[in-house]
Amino acid sequence: MSSNIPLLDVQNLTASINEIKILKNLNFQVNKGEIHAIMGPNGSGKSTFSKVLAGHPTYEVSAGDIILKGQSILELEPEERSHLGLFLAFQYPIEIPGVSNEDFLRIAYNSKLKFENKNEVDPIEFFSVITEKLEIINMDPAFLSRNVNEGFSGGEKKRNEILQLALLDSDLAILDETDSGLDIDALKIISTGINQLMTKDKGIILITHYQRLLDYVKPDYIHVMQDGKIIKTGTAELAHELELKGYEWLNSIN
Amino acid sequence: MANQSNKNINTNLTKLVNQPYKYGFSTKIDKDRIEIGLNEDIIRLISKKKNEPPFMLNFRLKAYRKWRSMVTPSWPHLKFPTIDYNAITYYSAPKIKEKINSLDDVDPELLKTFDKLGISLTEQKRLTNVAVDVIFDSVSIATTFQEELQKSGVIFCSISEAIQQHPELIEKFLGSVVPIGDNYFSALNSAVFTDGSFCYIPKGVKCPLELSTYFRINDQKSGQFERTLIIAEENSEVSYLEGCTAPQYDDNQLHAAIVELIALDNASIKYSTVQNWYAGNEQGKGGIFNFVTKRGLCTGNNSRISWTQVETGSSITWKYPSCVLVGENSQGEFYSVALTNNYQQADTGSKMIHIGKNTKSRIVSKGISAGHSKNSYRGLVNITNQAIGARNYSQCDSLLIGNNSNANTYPIISVQNSTTKIEHEASISKIGEDQIFYFLQRGISIEKAVELMISGFCRDVFTELPLEFAAEADRLLSLKLEGSVG
Repeated sequence: MSSNIPLLDVQNLTASINEIKILKNLNFQVNKGEIHAIMGPNGSGKSTFSKVLAGHPTYEVSAGDIILKGQSILELEPEERSHLGLFLAFQYPIEIPGVSNEDFLRIAYNSKLKFENKNEVDPIEFFSVITEKLEIINMDPAFLSRNVNEGFSGGEKKRNEILQLALLDSDLAILDETDSGLDIDALKIISTGINQLMTKDKGIILITHYQRLLDYVKPDYIHVMQDGKIIKTGTAELAHELELKGYEWLNSIN
Repeated sequence: MANQSNKNINTNLTKLVNQPYKYGFSTKIDKDRIEIGLNEDIIRLISKKKNEPPFMLNFRLKAYRKWRSMVTPSWPHLKFPTIDYNAITYYSAPKIKEKINSLDDVDPELLKTFDKLGISLTEQKRLTNVAVDVIFDSVSIATTFQEELQKSGVIFCSISEAIQQHPELIEKFLGSVVPIGDNYFSALNSAVFTDGSFCYIPKGVKCPLELSTYFRINDQKSGQFERTLIIAEENSEVSYLEGCTAPQYDDNQLHAAIVELIALDNASIKYSTVQNWYAGNEQGKGGIFNFVTKRGLCTGNNSRISWTQVETGSSITWKYPSCVLVGENSQGEFYSVALTNNYQQADTGSKMIHIGKNTKSRIVSKGISAGHSKNSYRGLVNITNQAIGARNYSQCDSLLIGNNSNANTYPIISVQNSTTKIEHEASISKIGEDQIFYFLQRGISIEKAVELMISGFCRDVFTELPLEFAAEADRLLSLKLEGSVG
């Protein structure tokens, strides 16, 4: 694949839920090695955007295209998009009773290996794979034997998302408000983890309300989303300005 | 649109649940079948065909007269058409020329049938540590490992054979746990039962093999009325498993069985069922009506009876495996997974009757409802005034799949003394779209996602199954649910 093909190219994307348009003609690009932050007021369509990228069945895409590494993924199932390297860290990771975190992680890992025509690993081999990843987010191995997200604290749930990202080694990570609900120590651990995972071949989209995550994970670009569109794109400076002046400021200059 | 996508998800889920029933074939075989209908002459004919001693005919006639005076119970949360008992054949057996001495003499068509069902009766392929009694329509075809069992004094044979060989045991124990007039279906069964398994474990013997009965309904017009009796003498131990399948027909077949267990001092009986009768098609046409009375009597001190059931088949299931805890320190257990899909209806649960001092019981029930099915748990914990220090723990969990299924629980607790300790827990959950999406986003297929969640939900019960069958049950449930979540 030629290196000038964008990692993600979203073209004129229009999507709705219950016949209400949420995303309106959205254009967005991420190149390899770039970190993008999307900010914007509540209800501007940020989380919808992340779910539409991941293929959530509740949303209907009526126009436009999503191109991942040169290939349209619009018609692909969520699991196929995952195998192709798209990862969504959920804003509210759901609890899955009765399924241990270790089984869940191993089966996710093996699904990816299978997709890549590699040999799947057994639970013993997997244990050494996952132990290494646990260090990235400073997690106790005891946390593997608990059920997926069940009874996890807010911080543990978010760390579990980053652990899954590390394990699946996805090319494009969309982190939907991964910083919300974290205390400053957890924020530091998660940011360090994210920075470790970033390479020149990967891309990250950070969806956030606050400047504070961006102090630890430095974005190359900042976009402001409003009413289903990107209304402003700038550098890291933009976030500081927003923090000072609020989103209303953008409305006044538009 | 959300509605549209929810519909898609439900269709996927439905596809997942609706795997074709793989045991739905029927076997063409010469049958010795009596005409349809139920009256005293028919009962005399059955008893004569089976060459029974007079006490058996009296038992049957008494039951028939009792049954005539009773009505179908109307309290279960089940809807089904009135059953025409005169349209059923009460005896249907594959024609066998003479008494079989070796399995080589069994009709090859029958051996093939059981091979197809995965129950191999031929010497080389037998399960190595399980003795099997095989019931085809009204009669027992073969019992494996009988000689091996006899060495340890264990009697394991068809109940017809036991009536001939051990009439004193039958006369003493038959109907001693489930009396003839206990309920409508027990009276019917007592009048017309044709076969079943008998098992006797002598004092101090730990049965060296798992015992198992495999029930196959083949004939379209016949009902299956089997009767199982297990007696565990002092200090003995046995583990028993029953499996059931039936061909796919458009009309309903009736199955009304009785299982009686008796445990003496320090004896232990573990009874497991994997029920996979034909459940009817996606519109709810056809399938087995399954009305079963199962009861265990812990008559001895420190005795223990444990029921484990995985109920996945039948159009209608009406079944409450129970324990009567008479002996001091005796224990009763009930572990159940009941899965209903399409238009299946299950009304199942357990009764624990505490009579002896310091008796203990435990109920763990897991109901899974998909499609348009109805799944009800009905339970009774009855602690009498003599049962000083009795304890019970009950847990009833329901899992809903899709938006059209129905789950109910009707737990009744009756306590007549103040030294009792009772715990009851219940939960209801749903496999939701967001949980499925979480799996999908991590690259895990919907089938695998459902399998993981279901087996997690059922784990407390599956760990109670004998090892060979736990994996089978797990597989069976995922198979039944394939396509039902989305």
